[in-house]
Amino acid sequence: MKQHFLMKKRLSFLGFLLVLVGIACAAMTMTQFSIANSFSSIPKAMIWGCSNFYPTADSFTNFPDIMLKLQETLLISIASASVAAIFAFVFALLGSQVTKINNTLAAFSRFIANVFRNIDVSIWALVLLFSFGQSSLTGYFALFVASFGFLTRAFMETIDEVGSGAIEALRATGAHRFSIIFQAVLPMSMSQLISWVLFMIETNIRAATLVGILTGSGIGFIFDLYYKRMDYHSASLVVLAIVVSILVIEQISNYVRRAML
Amino acid sequence: MTTLLQFKKVSKQYGSSTVALSDVNFSVNEGELVSIIGPSGAGKSTLLRCINRLIDATSGEIIFDGMDVLSIGRRNLKKLRTKIGMIFQNYNLVERLSVFENVLHGRLGYKTALVGALGFYHEEEKARALEILKSLGLEEQIYKRCDQLSGGQKQRVGIARALVQEPRVLLADEPIASLDPSSSKVIMDHLKNICETFGITVLVNLHQLDVALNYSDRIIGISSGRVVFDGMPSALTHDAIRQIYGSDPDGLNLNVERPKEVAQKR
Repeated sequence: MKQHFLMKKRLSFLGFLLVLVGIACAAMTMTQFSIANSFSSIPKAMIWGCSNFYPTADSFTNFPDIMLKLQETLLISIASASVAAIFAFVFALLGSQVTKINNTLAAFSRFIANVFRNIDVSIWALVLLFSFGQSSLTGYFALFVASFGFLTRAFMETIDEVGSGAIEALRATGAHRFSIIFQAVLPMSMSQLISWVLFMIETNIRAATLVGILTGSGIGFIFDLYYKRMDYHSASLVVLAIVVSILVIEQISNYVRRAML
Repeated sequence: MTTLLQFKKVSKQYGSSTVALSDVNFSVNEGELVSIIGPSGAGKSTLLRCINRLIDATSGEIIFDGMDVLSIGRRNLKKLRTKIGMIFQNYNLVERLSVFENVLHGRLGYKTALVGALGFYHEEEKARALEILKSLGLEEQIYKRCDQLSGGQKQRVGIARALVQEPRVLLADEPIASLDPSSSKVIMDHLKNICETFGITVLVNLHQLDVALNYSDRIIGISSGRVVFDGMPSALTHDAIRQIYGSDPDGLNLNVERPKEVAQKR
């Protein structure tokens, strides 16, 4: 009986695996993808990268330009994340199970957060291109909307997690909703909320590169420019600048997180 | 003795089938210490929360200090809640704030939204909070963060927060369920003392029968949402205990002095 039970489980797992492999094979034949070719092209790509994709002394003449664009990108990323955080906090309060005003508003705010979160930032950039054209403002809005969706969701879960205990206690004293939010909810969740905002800033800096290519602004634009001019040395300098700035931001936010605990 | 609180045919239903309270009738006099006992899930917590409307009863009437609790509007509900202090099993403090701030939270019910949100308190309120903290033996802990305190200390902060409200009644929801025996004794002694010296009525949910017998003026026994016992501790017979807990008292591993002796001692 028991052996039969285990055997059945094993067989169903095997069946599942076979189906997966089948789908993968079908997809590869349909797209004419060859594993052998893709692996053999890796060394070729590496050789090309090493012989072209490095900054030269010449490309450093573009350095001031790159730094200017990098600065713009960093500021847009930080601004979009922090402004989105304020809006997200309000929506999270409405949507959280422990602070909601009523179920209709909670459902509405959850719905909004889900819609904004599930549409990727690159899609937002493309959609917003139609209304705002190619400018930094479009990039800012795209990052803002995506950050808003993600942060609302994250904040909501944070507020749910810090628990209803103190909120219930303050309700029992007759405290007003705003008193409860500022005296209990915020102090309890503040460090985690800031942690999420820092994470969002990091994510935005990464996303800003792609958004920049699409909206013709910031560091993404200048990378695209050099790349299409086949000025690979300058393009590699851009990549290097992005990597270094992400590492620095990550260090700073790690430091802030540690200092808060 | 005046009646402070009265339950008349109070029922609470969750959804369409789960009955938490059914046809509950009892009254509490001013200055009494009343224990509510019963097995887990009998409806003790629901009963306490119906008094300050953290939970709305489905039907019946609750009269507190002459007010019809179930029909009052929002503004009066706020006023009602300021008169009712509450302490909890899990203390329900804002752990990241100091003891002092947590105690002052008890004053928020008297404040407007803006003043409360900004956390402005009068000098008298601060002085009163300090006085209460001292009387509970917490003067060393005043500026500590609450997450650095022991369970017993946290519960005393909870009591201080409730007392600073200057309540008529103190609701204690399993106040000692997460505490060791010696901390439990400290907390129960404080509750008894509050009841006797300030004349504040205390309603306490307990699942320690021995504590209920030792400390209460009166015991209310609840089983599946119904009041099955209401009387002096000395009147709590084996039969009554069996009715409340659904099992024989000898099998409950109770370490109780005979209720009668306790009553005589007091």
